[in-house]
Amino acid sequence: MSALRRLGQHGLRIAVVLLAGGLLSSMLVRTAPGFGVDEQDLDSRLTAESHRALHGAQATEGGFLRFYVEWCGRALHGDLGTSIALNEPVRQLLAERMPETAKTLGAGLGLAWMLGLGLALLSSVPAMRGVGWAAWFVASALLCVPAAVLAILFVLAAAPGRLAVGLIVFPKVFEFTRNLLGHSADLPHVLAARARGVGECRVLFRHVLPVTAAQILALAGVSVCMGLAACIPVEVLCDLPGIGQLAWKAALGRDLPLLVMLTMLVTLATLAANGAAEALAGNLRGGEAR
Amino acid sequence: MKVRIAALVFLALLALGCVLAGWIAPQGYAEQFRSEPDAACSRAHLLGTDDLGRDRFARVLYGTRVSLLLAPAAALLATALAGLIGGAAGFFGGALEGCVMAVTDLVLAMPWFFLLITVRALLPLNVSPALSVSITFALLGCLGWAGAARVVCANARGLCRSDLALLARAQGASGLRLLWRHILPNLRPALSAQFWISIPVFILTEANLGMLGLGVAEPLPSWGSLLRELESCSTGITQPAILAPLVLVILTVSSFQIAVRKEEKHA
Amino acid sequence: MKFRSLICAFALLCLAPLGWAQPGSQLKFCLGSQPRTLNPLLVADDASETVRYLTGGVLMRLNRKTQQLEPELATSWKVSAAGKSITFTLRENVRFSDGTPFSAEDVAYTMQRLMDPALHSPGGDAFRGGEGKLETQISGRNRITLTFPAAVVGLDKLFDQVAIVSAHSPLKEMAVLGPYYVAENKAGAYLLLKRNPNYWKHDASGRQLPYIDSVRLDIQQNRDIELLRLTRGEIELINALDAESYEKLRAKAPQMAVDAGIGLDSEQVWFNQVAAAPIEGYKKAWFASTRFRQAISRAVNRGDIARVVYRGHARPAVSWVSPANRVWFNEKLQPHPFDPQGALALLQQDGFQLQNGTLRDREGHAVEFSVITNAGNKGREKIAAMMQQDLQRVGIRLNVVTLDFPSLIERITRTFNYEACLLGLVNDDLDPNSQMNVWLSSADNHQWNPAQKTPATAWEAEIDKLMRQQASTADFKKRKQAVDRVQQIVWEQEPFIYLVNKEALAGVSPSLHNAAPVALRPQVYWNIDRLTLGTQVADKR
Repeated sequence: MSALRRLGQHGLRIAVVLLAGGLLSSMLVRTAPGFGVDEQDLDSRLTAESHRALHGAQATEGGFLRFYVEWCGRALHGDLGTSIALNEPVRQLLAERMPETAKTLGAGLGLAWMLGLGLALLSSVPAMRGVGWAAWFVASALLCVPAAVLAILFVLAAAPGRLAVGLIVFPKVFEFTRNLLGHSADLPHVLAARARGVGECRVLFRHVLPVTAAQILALAGVSVCMGLAACIPVEVLCDLPGIGQLAWKAALGRDLPLLVMLTMLVTLATLAANGAAEALAGNLRGGEAR
Repeated sequence: MKVRIAALVFLALLALGCVLAGWIAPQGYAEQFRSEPDAACSRAHLLGTDDLGRDRFARVLYGTRVSLLLAPAAALLATALAGLIGGAAGFFGGALEGCVMAVTDLVLAMPWFFLLITVRALLPLNVSPALSVSITFALLGCLGWAGAARVVCANARGLCRSDLALLARAQGASGLRLLWRHILPNLRPALSAQFWISIPVFILTEANLGMLGLGVAEPLPSWGSLLRELESCSTGITQPAILAPLVLVILTVSSFQIAVRKEEKHA
Repeated sequence: MKFRSLICAFALLCLAPLGWAQPGSQLKFCLGSQPRTLNPLLVADDASETVRYLTGGVLMRLNRKTQQLEPELATSWKVSAAGKSITFTLRENVRFSDGTPFSAEDVAYTMQRLMDPALHSPGGDAFRGGEGKLETQISGRNRITLTFPAAVVGLDKLFDQVAIVSAHSPLKEMAVLGPYYVAENKAGAYLLLKRNPNYWKHDASGRQLPYIDSVRLDIQQNRDIELLRLTRGEIELINALDAESYEKLRAKAPQMAVDAGIGLDSEQVWFNQVAAAPIEGYKKAWFASTRFRQAISRAVNRGDIARVVYRGHARPAVSWVSPANRVWFNEKLQPHPFDPQGALALLQQDGFQLQNGTLRDREGHAVEFSVITNAGNKGREKIAAMMQQDLQRVGIRLNVVTLDFPSLIERITRTFNYEACLLGLVNDDLDPNSQMNVWLSSADNHQWNPAQKTPATAWEAEIDKLMRQQASTADFKKRKQAVDRVQQIVWEQEPFIYLVNKEALAGVSPSLHNAAPVALRPQVYWNIDRLTLGTQVADKR
């Protein structure tokens, strides 16, 4: 029962946050300058009547609250609206593009964590200090390279653009985990283990990692958001028809229905990732207590 | 030790270069030598010129002033907010932690692009470059805390259950005193990582905000705007000097980390 | 039997050099954005216009090279003396891509829909000279007369932009008469166009056109990536190259870089002269002063802009008609010279004084204003930076503000919260009547002070009169006189400070044959049905 209750509480929390996210994003988009204008305003072929009709059509949408309530009502029936920029149903667009972004995110985060955590673990081993320095320098360098430039380099090298997401997220993962592992390595129980002659690998996996697991898992949740943000420039430049590319077009076109839905998707992904991280961390703590 | 000295010397030279930019740079950062656009390195132009014929060496020096001052300030703000918000959430736990983490997730997912456009619309068009760039970095600092806050929260939660907290409680520390004196200082690893990551991220983000009318206005250079020159490298880099700002940013961030990290170890 | 086989084999061998279209030949190039509509009657953006050009069948086509009208679906036409009606004789035995027969009914249906006021089609508005309905009179299957409510100047040339849609096809506007039809549309990614199996056009040897089987249009916003794809052979053309990309292409693959000469497009800056604009009163006074605008114009070095920003692929502009428009350009006018001293003299006449390197007006205000332009357009950002330096020499402080395009449009069309704006004019039409809504003071696109109830100045009133005059007569000499005078007034008063006319630059792969890039859009694929790829051989007759 208490598990069911917890599930219910989580579900409610997710629903509230999602709705709040949708409302906030519709407010941000609707009140931002440039909403409701069209490049056709500059078309000198249109007569004054046509211009007035264009302005009138844009004005009838009403405020953001009204839009959002109506949108929620339609969404409950499966109608997510039509994209203004692409003139296609939002549902169809998302269904076509989500798998692409999922692949990009999966590949990118996989690479980022493999490199980031792997190199951070190696850095914390005293014998592998050289590797640590080299990894740290590469991570610092990658942090300073604009995401667009990295994406372009991948296009130049005809390499899979998805992996560019990995190189964008990797330095952040590496920096955080290296710091966490480095700090934990100086804890009293670790020093005691080393003093007793416990091997480095065992120290790392039995004494250091468990202490930092909760934070590393929290970072894993956050890295999903970092990855999604990195998907935008990568998909735009590497021609990957995913949600990141869609988000960029939607932002430039003030495409309200699409942006609200995309925000809710990203919020859901963030909540899911962070929730899973918290749940895993909770299980680990529970396991330790036993 | 030698590495640390080299880092400190580099930083000192950089700081000197910033202060004495007006004397060191042979030309002003805004002056356009229109007969020499995209010129290669020469005695007159140590790092060549950009596409408008402006001396790249001067622009790198002056750009260092803007980015070196403001990016760390914004990173400090973001880190402080992450520490306070994440630390308090992890410390108090329960419903407060749940609410704060929900807000954090929202902040991570929101399209802040539109808030930034709205801020630009509220500013006068003739706002001074100093004010515009300060507002830009302040906004970045205010919005950049969310990612680290989660990690800090998890860290704080763990610390609250640790022997450290137990010992502090046994000694009579409780509530805010416990948080301020014992928990927050031990959040340094996560906060330190956040700080060092934020600096180059904010430098790059400031350049991208130029398209919203925020950021550094022409002709004032910044590292971010100089790094954007790299985006046209798709058909090859005809001038290696175009990489100079990238090399400088990497060396600066690395040197800071070396200098500060060694101090932490000694402490 | 053996003999027949030999004859057949020999015939095949003879026919082979004529180059039957290689099965599966595909032309690939990029669009900068997703087409907003595939309905040819509602086209308003570049990407949609591209699709319409490739799929739409028109009654006549303006040959982009010779700039002369050529028959297409109409074999002949006649415009009435008053310019109010036009009679077409249509081609027979033509079918839409789905097999539906083409007839005069389709022309009537298309024009009625286009002229529907509720549609607000840019194409339809071009025909709307006055209030009233379009009348259509069909005689027989292939003859139709269209009578418009008011005379339309340049009536025949407007039909180059009208793609005929079917009145009867179940596919509605997706049934087309052009060389290709839309086979696949992956929104935001690409469009695939396949050859129209019922395309009416054949070459002189009787082979059905187009030569190329399909066209793939990839959506690619980034110009650098597009250039990279051309140099790698992933696409066959870039229709409009900026100067920097052109130079990079010329350095890497000179045979691919094509300069078609001066184009119709220009870059210009204007000052906000809207009386109700939320800007300081003293600045409004500056911007309303002709001498002030003339001084700014003389203080800006157009030659440097053409040389540095456009790498020599632009020329100082004169007025609103480009020199590429040989028929309508006023050749008596010259670009304003770069003359900072002259600029200062003009400003002094208006009471401005240079004090310690800062220009101040009569009331002591330092002359400082902002110019907005759209972010991401590197050319305009550079122009703004160059203007900043030029104006600094006469003591004026210019603040450059780049904004995202929707924010910029809002400022210049709705809120009027701006001081100066730097934008470009993209001009597809040779006839100056297409810019009526820019020059009439009551029009919404009279950018510096739109929708005036009465002209704010005498020279705007004169422009109104002259533009209406040229729109109401079919006499070319009278029209030319009026348009020349409008150019003169604009040159003197400088409501728009025209900076440069850009050259039409394109990139063409060596594998694409028969391409002859021109200055008019679409620059490279204007003769799409005659282009060939690889080893294809076209009939050159």
